[in-house]
Amino acid sequence: MNKELTKNFASGHSACAGCAFPTIVRTILGESPDPVVISNATGCLEVTSTLYPFTAWKTPYIHSAFENASATISGVERAHKILSKKGKVPKKVKFVVFGGDGGTYDIGLQSLSGALERGHDFVYVVYDNGGYMNTGNQRSSATPYGAATETTPVGKESFGKVEMRKNLMEIVAAHHIKYAAQANVAYLGDLKKKAKKAFEIEGPAFLSVFSPCTNNWKFPTSQYVAISKLATETNFWPLFEIENGKYKVNWATETPKDLEEFLKTQGRFKHLFSEKNAPVLAEMKKIVKDEWQRLVNKTEEV
Amino acid sequence: MTQFSEKKFDFEEAAVIKHDIKKAPKTGDWRYMTPQVDKEKCIGCTTCVPFCPEASIDMKLYKEGQKTKADIDYDFCKGCGVCAQVCPVKVITMKKN
Ligand SMILES: Cc1ncc(C[n+]2csc(CCOP(=O)(O)OP(=O)(O)O)c2C)c(N)n1
Ligand code: SF4
Ligand code: SF4
Ligand code: SF4
Ligand SMILES: [Mg+2]
Repeated sequence: MNKELTKNFASGHSACAGCAFPTIVRTILGESPDPVVISNATGCLEVTSTLYPFTAWKTPYIHSAFENASATISGVERAHKILSKKGKVPKKVKFVVFGGDGGTYDIGLQSLSGALERGHDFVYVVYDNGGYMNTGNQRSSATPYGAATETTPVGKESFGKVEMRKNLMEIVAAHHIKYAAQANVAYLGDLKKKAKKAFEIEGPAFLSVFSPCTNNWKFPTSQYVAISKLATETNFWPLFEIENGKYKVNWATETPKDLEEFLKTQGRFKHLFSEKNAPVLAEMKKIVKDEWQRLVNKTEEV
Repeated sequence: MTQFSEKKFDFEEAAVIKHDIKKAPKTGDWRYMTPQVDKEKCIGCTTCVPFCPEASIDMKLYKEGQKTKADIDYDFCKGCGVCAQVCPVKVITMKKN
C-alpha cells in the first residue's frame, strides 16, 4: 500500500476494479494544506468506501443523504467557525463535499445552490460518471445525449438519452463564486493545480471531474485513463476554469480527434454506429462542436 | 402542544467507526489477472503510481545505484490492468492467475 497516496483514503475500498474515482479523491485531498472534513452524498463512492465495519476514510467523514451533502458541510463549517474562536478545535481545517453527478446535478442541486449562495468556505467536488451508477446506470441530467442507460434504453423506437447534458458549470458560475473548474482524472497535473487553487480560495469553490465508470459505460477495467484522455482530446470534456467570472480554457488543440474515437471505446455508445442511428451520431457531434464554440466565446468575453 | 421534558434527549452515544486497515477486505482476492513488473526494464518514471485505484504501487529500491522501480502490493491489487495500460514503456504484463 502506498503510504503517501493513502494518507486520506486507504486501499481496501470496494469500488470496481479499474474505477476512476479513487484517484480523483486521493489527488484532490493530497493538495489540501490542512486536515479535511468530508461530507459525501450517497452514491458509489460512499457505498464502496464505508462497508461496515471498515471505512477507507482516515479523515472525519459524514455520510449525508443524497440531497443534503452541501447543507451538512454548511453546518459543519459554521460550527467550526464558532468552536475554533472558542479555542476548542484546531483553527485550520478544510471542508470538502464529494458528490456523484446524480447527487449534484439533480438531487443535491438545491442544497448545493444554498451553500454556494451563502458563501460557506468549502470545496465541492462532483465526480461525474454520467449517471446513477450505484443503482445500476439510470440516466441523470449529466448523462450525455445518445447514451444508453437503464432508463434510456436502445430499441426500435429509442436511441438512448434524448436530452443534452445540463450545463452545471454555468449554473454554479451564476452564484458568483470565486472559483469553479472542470477537470479530468487523466490530467493529474491540471487536477492538482485546480484542487490547490480551490483550497486556497476563501469561500466556496467548485470542481467538476470526469470519472469513467468501467461497469456501466462498458469498457475493459484497464481503460479509464485512456478513455478520459480521449474525452478531452475530442473536446467532449474541455478543461477550463471560471475565476471571478472569467473563463479560461486550460487545454486546447488545433486538431481535435474525431468524437467517434471516444465513443467507440464504450458499450453505452455502441448503437450510435448503426446506419439507423447515423443522424443521432451527427447530432451528438454537433452538440460537442457547438458547446466547445460556446465555451471559447466565453473566454473572449471581457 | 407537546412540551419537551427537562430530561435530556435519549440519544445513544454516536458510534465512531475508525479506519483500521486490518478490517479492510483484502481486495487482492478479486484478482483474476496479475500485473507483473519487469524490474530490469522499468525506467522508474512513476507514471503508473497515482493512477492505481487501489494505491497498490510503490517505488522501491531494486538495485543499488539505480532508480527506484514500481513494486506492487498484491494484498489490495484488484488486477484491473490500468498500470499496464498507462506505462509508457509497457513493462507491466498482465498474467492469468
Ligand atoms: C433520496 C434517494 N433516492 C434514491 C436513492 C438510491 N440511490 C443510492 S445511490 C444512487 C445513485 C447515485 O448516483 P450518483 O450521485 O451519480 O453517484 P454514482 O453512484 O453514480 O457514483 C441512488 C439512486 C437514495 N439513496 N436516496
Ligand atoms: S459502478 Fe462504476 S462508478 Fe461505481 S464503483 Fe463501479 S466503476 Fe466505479
Ligand atoms: S492492476 Fe490495477 S490494482 Fe493492480 S497494481 Fe495495476 S493499477 Fe493497481
Ligand atoms: S509506468 Fe512503467 S516504467 Fe514507469 S514506473 Fe511504472 S512500471 Fe516503471
Ligand atoms: Mg453518477
